[in-house]
Amino acid sequence: MNALQYEAPNTVKKAVALLAKANGKAKVLAGGTDLLVQLRAKMVSPDLIVDVKKIPQLRKITVGRDGRIRVGAAVSGAELGEHARVSEAYPGVVEAVELIGSTQIQGRATAIGNLCNASPAADSVPALIAAGAVCTVVGPNGERQVPAEKIGVSPGRTSLAPGEFVVDFVLPARKPRSADAYLRMIPRTEMDIAIVGAGVNLSLDGDGVITEARVALGAVAPTVLLVEEAGRALVGGKLDDAALQRLDAAARAACRPIDDKRGTITYRTKVAGVLARRAAAIAYERARSKR
Amino acid sequence: MTKYHVNTSINGEPTEFLCEPQETLLDVLRDTLGLTGSKEGCASGDCGACSVIIDGRLVCSCLVLGVEAEGHEIGTIEGLAQGAHLHPLQQKFLEEAALQCGICTPGFLVAAKALLDANPNPTETETRYWLAGNLCRCTGYDKIIRAVMDVAAEMRGA
Repeated sequence: MNALQYEAPNTVKKAVALLAKANGKAKVLAGGTDLLVQLRAKMVSPDLIVDVKKIPQLRKITVGRDGRIRVGAAVSGAELGEHARVSEAYPGVVEAVELIGSTQIQGRATAIGNLCNASPAADSVPALIAAGAVCTVVGPNGERQVPAEKIGVSPGRTSLAPGEFVVDFVLPARKPRSADAYLRMIPRTEMDIAIVGAGVNLSLDGDGVITEARVALGAVAPTVLLVEEAGRALVGGKLDDAALQRLDAAARAACRPIDDKRGTITYRTKVAGVLARRAAAIAYERARSKR
Repeated sequence: MTKYHVNTSINGEPTEFLCEPQETLLDVLRDTLGLTGSKEGCASGDCGACSVIIDGRLVCSCLVLGVEAEGHEIGTIEGLAQGAHLHPLQQKFLEEAALQCGICTPGFLVAAKALLDANPNPTETETRYWLAGNLCRCTGYDKIIRAVMDVAAEMRGA
């Protein structure tokens, strides 16, 4: 093994060059709240750490004239939570990111890091997927756009090719009467890993009829799931009891969870339906109040 | 192993040090700079005993590399007291016996200072959530929370 090297490039181009040269033996460092633990546990032993926090565009949140919100890969959870426009447009994404760890972790951890760590129980990921977040991925072959649901492929593994990294994610411009919500189930009140997480993102028409719906579930399968059937169960109505029952059934049908000390298969599956309904109710109320 | 030369500021003092890339800021503070007030509990960001403030943000120094400190301002527990004058939080922790073995105490004090800097009038619930990343295995949390709430009230009155 070669001696570990550290580089903190100040442009994306330099970061791409460093990662390409490292031949797959490099790790990208943003907040470091997962990477440092993995380094210490010798779960990873890179030759090179590429710290991306000195790249100015990765440290920024930009709201475009078209209303799209671009969040750099090195923006911490605390910084995201303090951004009024993001909280107003995507309260579900913000509440999900803010559930990652303690105040100390929030000071460093990033949403993109949470996504690229590829834990099926990652709190921010169902919310990002429900919100329709699209990641900008760069690498030796240039740039490509990847929807958040296509990043994780199995626990701890992503679809990123060697040398690729995520520079930011973009949240779509908010339509009128649209909002999202995220809920998770943990056995404690704080500082724990989700048994189930549910993100719901809704758009309504002027009469309160749901016109678009995206539902994503965490911790009930090897990856966070975009449950299209659950979204379809909501479209065309006003979130009445029948729609909520359809949502519950579709959410449960999508679950392929593990049995472990945190929750059994039966429990996780049942809770997935319950949380999907509750998150939908919160998103619906938020969307209605924006009318 | 390559050593990296890092320029930083610690408790307002310009500080430079050499470190290896895998060394954490906590390693550097304790082993290179002799600032042993920050404690290593879990070394995985769960317990908060190593809490420091970087550019105004509360973080676990066990989850920051020493090299990442380049160009940033670090605040540690050693910067809390002004000479012989304890910070009001330190004074109150003593008066109200908000500690027993003391290992978690520097982390709690740094985290509580960050809380009061950000929010001089926290509710008890806000204080409990803010300090959820600091673990104490002997006193329990009630005395700590009470001490922080009392200091907040006193500092607002001052």
